[in-house]
Amino acid sequence: MAKLKIAGYWAASCGGCEIATLEIGDKVLKLAEVADIVFWPALVDTKYHAVEQMADKSIDVCLFNGAIQTSDNEHLAKLLRAKSKVMVAYGSCSYEGCIPGLANLTNRKGVFHRVYIETPSTDNPKNIFPQTSYQMPEGELSLPEFYDTVRTLAQTVEVDYFVPGCPPVGKQTWAVLEAIVQGNLPEPGSVVGAGTRALCEECPRTRQEKKIKAFYRPHQIIPDPDKCLLEQGLLCAGIATREGCGALCPRANMPCTGCYGPPAGVIDQGVKFMSAVASIIDSNDPNEIARIIESIRDPVGTFYRYSLPSSMLRRARIK
Amino acid sequence: MKRISIDPITRLEGHGKIEIFLDDAGEVANAYLQIPELRGFEKFSEGRLVEDMPQITERICGVCPEAHHMASVKAVDDVFHVDPPPTAKKLRELMYSAFYVFDHATHFYILSGPDFVIGPEADPAVRNVLGVIAKVPKVGLEVIKAREMGHEIVEIVAGRKIHPCGALPGGMSHGLNEEQRQHIEEMARSLLEFAKLTIKVFDDVVLANKAYVDLILNDSYIHRTYYMGLVDGNNKVNFYDGKVRVVDPEGKEFVKYAPREYLEHIAEHVEPWTYLKFPYLKKVGWKGLIDGRESGVYRATPLSRLNAADGMATPLAQAEYERMYSTLGGKPVHATLATHWARVIELLYAAEHLLDLSLDPEITGPNYRVIPTATPDEGVGIVEAPRGTLTHHYITDEYGVVKKANLIVGTTNNNAAISMSIKRAAQGLIRGGKEISEGLLNKIEMAFRAYDPCFGCATHSLNGQMPLEVKIHDSQGRVLRVLKRP
Repeated sequence: MAKLKIAGYWAASCGGCEIATLEIGDKVLKLAEVADIVFWPALVDTKYHAVEQMADKSIDVCLFNGAIQTSDNEHLAKLLRAKSKVMVAYGSCSYEGCIPGLANLTNRKGVFHRVYIETPSTDNPKNIFPQTSYQMPEGELSLPEFYDTVRTLAQTVEVDYFVPGCPPVGKQTWAVLEAIVQGNLPEPGSVVGAGTRALCEECPRTRQEKKIKAFYRPHQIIPDPDKCLLEQGLLCAGIATREGCGALCPRANMPCTGCYGPPAGVIDQGVKFMSAVASIIDSNDPNEIARIIESIRDPVGTFYRYSLPSSMLRRARIK
Repeated sequence: MKRISIDPITRLEGHGKIEIFLDDAGEVANAYLQIPELRGFEKFSEGRLVEDMPQITERICGVCPEAHHMASVKAVDDVFHVDPPPTAKKLRELMYSAFYVFDHATHFYILSGPDFVIGPEADPAVRNVLGVIAKVPKVGLEVIKAREMGHEIVEIVAGRKIHPCGALPGGMSHGLNEEQRQHIEEMARSLLEFAKLTIKVFDDVVLANKAYVDLILNDSYIHRTYYMGLVDGNNKVNFYDGKVRVVDPEGKEFVKYAPREYLEHIAEHVEPWTYLKFPYLKKVGWKGLIDGRESGVYRATPLSRLNAADGMATPLAQAEYERMYSTLGGKPVHATLATHWARVIELLYAAEHLLDLSLDPEITGPNYRVIPTATPDEGVGIVEAPRGTLTHHYITDEYGVVKKANLIVGTTNNNAAISMSIKRAAQGLIRGGKEISEGLLNKIEMAFRAYDPCFGCATHSLNGQMPLEVKIHDSQGRVLRVLKRP
């Protein structure tokens, strides 16, 4: 049997997904026995032009991490889609937009103005901004275009599978690679490398009745280490988040922030989280309810921290 | 005018690009390092809850999330005017020291090591980490083990191996029990042995080879600049806390500032051809991409930290510190490639400090957190990231919602210096009419790689060589020749 051809790429991301891939540890050697890595800037040295010269669909599987924020990101997504039989959105950025997707609360103008003009350490009296093309005395220098809106991979090209997580945990990555190698993948469009239920199902904390009179921020209380964090008034996203990581943050006495995206069957993680939160407020007094809700001072960062570009909201409207 | 494009440098997050322009005589007229990437954290942090910033900003970099987690939580402590209890600070430092050990090891063995272990002009097919493992198999396995142990310590103390969650204003989310402490102590002892082995590898492979020592001291790799690094109360190198000290090109203290004073001393210049800004010393001024006393360009690297400090706080690292300066002719050392030596000395310090902290009776203390009570307003947090001084600055409303955020990230400090180092190496190595070989290109890369650059900031990778593609254009932009790595 011919060896599988695997590719990987990072777009607008942090590199944590590459490090996460390395977390499979010595299994890398096992992988090397059955698969060739034909393109993966972090691991091997194949160049873009070499990818361009490959026949269409000649790569068996491409693990693509990172969101689409520049013209370069988009170009590589389209190129790798054309060359790959199976396209996998690996990690929260390519799956949902993740933290870089919070840039959808602003646009290029907003980002450029803040970064290159307004920041207090910046000294830019001539109001210079980076240009996609600039003529220097010696010749032209070019940069890729920075887009107004961050998109997910599936909003850019057709995606076959999704691996959630910021980043995906090592054992889950290995499970996905094993399934690929064994030709054991589920039907296209599926989320792989995670369970289907809410994170609460794998959280070791005990749950009782959820009735909340006040919400707290993580620095305001020292929570009981054994009880459900949401029941203690912390906005733990576990109830609206897919299981798969093993409840790492709740085990460290911190609320889940939702990086594995919505559980199976949930379209919009933020809506699910908000409705769960609304249903546990223990009051019938409209004024008290309003006061409790107002204490949630960053709804987007709380409910949509990782999923804004893939949510029903997609982005903020800029006047 | 001819042009050489090194595009893409695939080990950069996004695709770093080097453009080298040749004049009619074939000499290097100019060289530009372009960073084609931006994400906008300083804008979309606005509106976030400030206590969430340690977990949001670490997504700037999945290679050094621990550094952002630490700088951010220190800024948030400052925003809330809260001083974490000693146990909390020690837990943070314990985690951060473990991180330093495996992060520096990754760079030394996996990224830069192949240049020395295998050779700067060796066949690129073997000039990588697999080549290193084949040549020194025992060391290769030790590196993998060290990375695993380091990550395990980070997870025990701060909840997650990648993108930790344990630091919050006032301290840490949980403490350490005795069983965990013993396990960490055991790993710290192994990591200290690993650090000593690393010093020996550096001795055997680099210092024992006169050709390498000559290369380190070669004029093509020298810049006389200011140097920056965090120091403790005794002016010893510190990664987590202290004041930022800057020395001039003669090694004399130029300034020593507290985090809240950074805006008096640091400013950032903007160029239209790159997305990355150029920080410089405000009181010296931006004079362009030039070195020397009159130029505000400074460096913030392992070598810079050693140049800016009076020594190391642990005995084995101090002995190595003294040996390095006596070998290389005193302080400060301007040879960019000596950064590798400084890096392994820092690795040794981190391992010694890690073991000390794991034995500290306070590390298992029950007081790992205090609840902030003051009204939040503004704060600055500075740590030394492995790739340079890292500054986070937040301004909030009275509810602790971020109004403004400013970040000066590790590698950004070195943007000007890296550009200058590339130009200087290119000028020294590419001469009119001379064949541009693969080995020559690698020597240009070595100028760059010494900084362990982490633009955007995730430059690490497994392979030892940074693959390049060089296109030589004539003055009409036609490609005359393409030279590429296999």
